Amino acid sequence: MFRFALTRIAMALPTLLIVAVSVFVLIRLIPGDPAQLMLGDLATPASLADLRTRLGLDQSLPVQFGIWFGNVLHGDFGQSISSQQAVLPLILQRFLVSAQIVLVAVVLASLFAVPAGVIAAWRQDSALDIGLVGAATLLLSIPTFWLGLLLLLFFGLKLGWLPVVGYVSIADDWKAGLLYLVMPIMTLFLHEMGVVLRMARASTLEVLRLDYITHARAKGLSESAVLWRHAFKNAFGPTWTLIGLVLGNLLGGIAVVETVFTIPGLGRLLVDAIFARDYPVIQGCMLFVAFTYVLVNLVIDLCYPIFDPRVAAE
Amino acid sequence: MNGHGRMKLPAPNALVGGTLIAILLATAGTGALWTPYDPLKLSFREKLVAPGALHWLGTDEFGRDVLSRLMAGAATSVWISILTVTLAVVMGTTIGLFSGYMRGWTDRIIMAFNDALLAFPGILLALGLLAVLGANKYGIIVALGIAYTPSVARVVRGTVLSLREREFIAASRVMGNGEGFTMLRHILPNCIAPLTVLATSMFGYVLLAESALSFLGLGVPPPAPTWGNMLAGSRPYIDQAVWLGIFPGLCISLTLLGINLLGDALRDKLDPRMRGAR
Repeated sequence: MFRFALTRIAMALPTLLIVAVSVFVLIRLIPGDPAQLMLGDLATPASLADLRTRLGLDQSLPVQFGIWFGNVLHGDFGQSISSQQAVLPLILQRFLVSAQIVLVAVVLASLFAVPAGVIAAWRQDSALDIGLVGAATLLLSIPTFWLGLLLLLFFGLKLGWLPVVGYVSIADDWKAGLLYLVMPIMTLFLHEMGVVLRMARASTLEVLRLDYITHARAKGLSESAVLWRHAFKNAFGPTWTLIGLVLGNLLGGIAVVETVFTIPGLGRLLVDAIFARDYPVIQGCMLFVAFTYVLVNLVIDLCYPIFDPRVAAE
Repeated sequence: MNGHGRMKLPAPNALVGGTLIAILLATAGTGALWTPYDPLKLSFREKLVAPGALHWLGTDEFGRDVLSRLMAGAATSVWISILTVTLAVVMGTTIGLFSGYMRGWTDRIIMAFNDALLAFPGILLALGLLAVLGANKYGIIVALGIAYTPSVARVVRGTVLSLREREFIAASRVMGNGEGFTMLRHILPNCIAPLTVLATSMFGYVLLAESALSFLGLGVPPPAPTWGNMLAGSRPYIDQAVWLGIFPGLCISLTLLGINLLGDALRDKLDPRMRGAR
């Protein structure tokens, strides 16, 4: 188990390094002086000269990468051009907003969709199965930005139950804060439920065809024991991996949901930075989200042996 | 258990999915050549007219006909998706073929970069590339094309690795054919089946990503209509003109539903073990 964890962590390190190189190179592809890009049009010659020395712009590209990556590892992601704030605290503050929505939505979706997928597989081709799979495929096909608009139209404007736009932090006023979070969470919850249900069903179907299930049934075990004690444990692995991918993908794609509900999250920060050509923020957001994605998948992989001890034994 | 009697007819998901995609392609084809009204023509006397006999799907805040804009938008979205998928397939196939055929360190280094690019979630890489390329029609094609290249490269490389040990490849070498000839004449044609499956699902992802980017204001700039920017434009008017927010979303959802159903049908056909595992 310890060896498995070490190997897996060692495998993630080169990926993180190449991700960092890609983000560095991407911003350097923009024509023009990198110092000018990082400070904006209003920079003074003195501050430009100072930043050029700090970025090592008179040295070779690998040295420049080394300086930049060293700063990143020390938490120095640079300074936002538009707000003059340090980039990392800005990202962390926005990340908390996005993370609470994504995390709650994915946990809720998994709690409902995994059992539903297992039951659908158990009753394959029944009306229940066809209904569940149909609903899941439909949910999966509705883009989150439209689903969000529909919920907003119905619960916000028609029924008037929930606040339509804006955001109040839970830390400031937990009651109002929760109300503002209901619709964004519901949007992602409904969409991801479709994704997770189909995966849980497909992997349970694979397992239900195996000999040991027939053996368990032949032993006279009850259907619920066969399904939950024998089939579920082996079927959950692929779904668990998918949940990790969904978590990371949502962090990358949450900008649209944050736009619908005007939530000041990480996705919106990145999109606004693209509009404002705020390159330090763009670079910081991309690096932060990609690193988080790699780390989430690493944690998911490290937990995998809990469901399938064979993985660690190999 | 899987209903062998059903085998003669096409599976229901293939039928529904195929119909939806046929409607999409017909709408896009028509929209490129003809629309009931000029999709860009402003008419302030007909602002926010509800769906009716004259304007079947109503008009928007500038009095432009929604049906015409949806049809023109379909043409734009389908065209962008086709170009993007083609770009990703061409670049990914070249990289995958080269990497898989070279093996050794070349393969390891290329694939390390390839996998690191796959570590960028969802449309994040496309967003970053758009920051460099600028938000416009061509920027979106190149950004999404590059963002989807790594998955193509991975599939092609996998196919090449399994093929190059087969007898017919060895035979081609023994016959004195060069590496390049063997690659193009014998290996490439065998990659077409897995590429077709991948390209079908990629068409859906790209269409969704293009709508999402247009919705964010980073795609095709207005006044040219796309389903994504029509949806974004509908937000301020959503309580007075519901139809503006309903129809573009419905178009995107039905298209994605069609692609998902077709994809399921294709997988059922190719992998008999998963038959019924929709």
